[in-house]
Amino acid sequence: MSEASMSSQALALAVPRRRRAFFRAGWGKQLMLQAILIFISFTVLLPLVWVVSMSLDPRNISRPTELTLIPPGASLQAYQDVLERPTSNPVSLIQLAFNSLGLAAGVSLGSLGLGVLAAYAFSRFKFPARRALMIAIVAVLMVPSVAALAPLFVFLNKIQVNSGDFSFNLRNSLLGVGLALTSGALPFAIWNLKGYIDTIPKELEEAASLDGASPTQTFLRIMLPLATPALAVTAFLGFLTGWTEFVMSWQFLTNPENFTLAMALWNITGQYAGNTPWSKFSAMAIIVALPVSVVYLSLQKYIVGGLTIGGVKG
Amino acid sequence: MASFAITEAATAAPAGSRRGAPRWLTAYLYILPATLIMAAITYWPILFQVYMSFTDYGLRNLRFDAPAPNFVGFQNFIDLITNGITVIPNFSFWGMLAFNLFWTFSNVIFHVAIGILIAVVLNTPGLRFRGIYRAIFILPIVIPTLVVATVWKNMFDTDYGAINQGLAAIGGLFGVTPDHFHIRWLEQIDPPIPGIPLPLSYFALLITNIWLGWPFMTIVATGALQSISKEYYEAASIDGASGPQQFFRITLPLLRPAMIPAAMYGLIVTFNLFNLIYMVSGGGPLRQTEILVTTAFRLVNEQRLYGVAAAFGIYTMIILLVLTLLTNRITKATESYV
Repeated sequence: MSEASMSSQALALAVPRRRRAFFRAGWGKQLMLQAILIFISFTVLLPLVWVVSMSLDPRNISRPTELTLIPPGASLQAYQDVLERPTSNPVSLIQLAFNSLGLAAGVSLGSLGLGVLAAYAFSRFKFPARRALMIAIVAVLMVPSVAALAPLFVFLNKIQVNSGDFSFNLRNSLLGVGLALTSGALPFAIWNLKGYIDTIPKELEEAASLDGASPTQTFLRIMLPLATPALAVTAFLGFLTGWTEFVMSWQFLTNPENFTLAMALWNITGQYAGNTPWSKFSAMAIIVALPVSVVYLSLQKYIVGGLTIGGVKG
Repeated sequence: MASFAITEAATAAPAGSRRGAPRWLTAYLYILPATLIMAAITYWPILFQVYMSFTDYGLRNLRFDAPAPNFVGFQNFIDLITNGITVIPNFSFWGMLAFNLFWTFSNVIFHVAIGILIAVVLNTPGLRFRGIYRAIFILPIVIPTLVVATVWKNMFDTDYGAINQGLAAIGGLFGVTPDHFHIRWLEQIDPPIPGIPLPLSYFALLITNIWLGWPFMTIVATGALQSISKEYYEAASIDGASGPQQFFRITLPLLRPAMIPAAMYGLIVTFNLFNLIYMVSGGGPLRQTEILVTTAFRLVNEQRLYGVAAAFGIYTMIILLVLTLLTNRITKATESYV
């Protein structure tokens, strides 16, 4: 009681003190800080404003020679061009977006589903070789996918079915890329989800178990709802992995109908400056970035809370 | 308190086996799917990689009924570190490793320093429009690196890029003709600073990656700053400590526990920053800005030297393992230190 009243007194004292600090930051200092921050904002926004401005340019210029905020005769023509035929390959934007969406959703759901099962077991059960298995999973966390690209390519390439007209090569398919990405995303998913589940008190599950719930029921009814923030973040980061993946899809896929948005964006970035369709490139960049950026921004608060990485809270 | 004791006792008893399957079996069933996928697609290829690295595995061995590749012993490993990979001009393993490490540390130093400074500025009491600035500063984190890299690559274009045009516009205000700003950011071979063997494209990459990297450090630093008690500063003010003194004696030491893990994480990420290097400079000019992961990709994607690439991948993994263990050790060692 006395403690509570004391802390509220301290709070009452602290408020006017903070207000005094506000006035202490005088006008000169305020102006200087604002100037610094406006300059930093300008540097952050420059590439973004540039790309938006380019995408609105109706001339689809191959040689932009001036910097303009809103180009003369701004239009959405470039977006329409990109929609019809984004690259020189005979593939529509809808097809590319569909491929990217499928890949991203597959990686997201796959790594989340398999990851949360494993994370639950690692967090709540005691079983032989538990520690060894966890170390084996975390050990590959830092290995970039490029480092094992050669064997993965050879291995997936061996899984082929050729019978008559039907031929399937796991390496040259979105399924193969998706499997590779899911496996690559699993260590992080397991590690992150385990970290979060470890922080959830066991009492609820124990109560459920006392009431006769099986481990599976406890997992589905108690654990999953409680772990929602971490599940959402893991799912989103898995989606982001699939949506922006470049290395494996660029290496594995040869059929234009399997190409993804990320590959198409690199395709029109212009290895040959001067021939770059700048407006089309800019429109494409925005189309690739916008969906995930908007989701990221709206989930931002939860992403910080649902990540256990770093563990920098005090 | 009493109810807590009861649940403790209940779990201490051999529970769970009531419904048939013992608990350890249930646990294995839960981890089985993830383990199967990872065994097939992560661990098996890594083992296969060890075999491949001792062979001359190439394009001709890819066919379904192809003969087994020839065993070449440690030839791939030796060729790589003695610059015996003649198909790639200017290939130098040690030069590349040195650049990769320099690239990593130089970037993270800028990220952490700028990140902390901006966090401190943003944290100034009484600052106006704080929310707007925070919303703007999150953007580099939010936009996929792939898009950032492709946009900056085009911005650095010599003739039509925004950087040179912007510089020309600023130069025009001071009467400098636009010809002076025909800077070949990504192609110029001569180092811009005489005596320092860093190409101009390194600085272009550095600018891009500073743009990309400091906001994360600002977020971490802001979180840590807000947990520093105001009383330290009040006490310091009463004792007559100046602003800079307070910054170096209070703020920096108290930020350290949060910034070191973040910096270690940044080191690993920057060391492997494939998209940025591959897409902005392409490792050029003359492979001067090539790093390990971009080379690993080229060995597979362009040269199709699968055996050499496997050996290179093993080198990369060993180097990363050492780097990770070192950073983990530094992080752990500084955890208890406040």
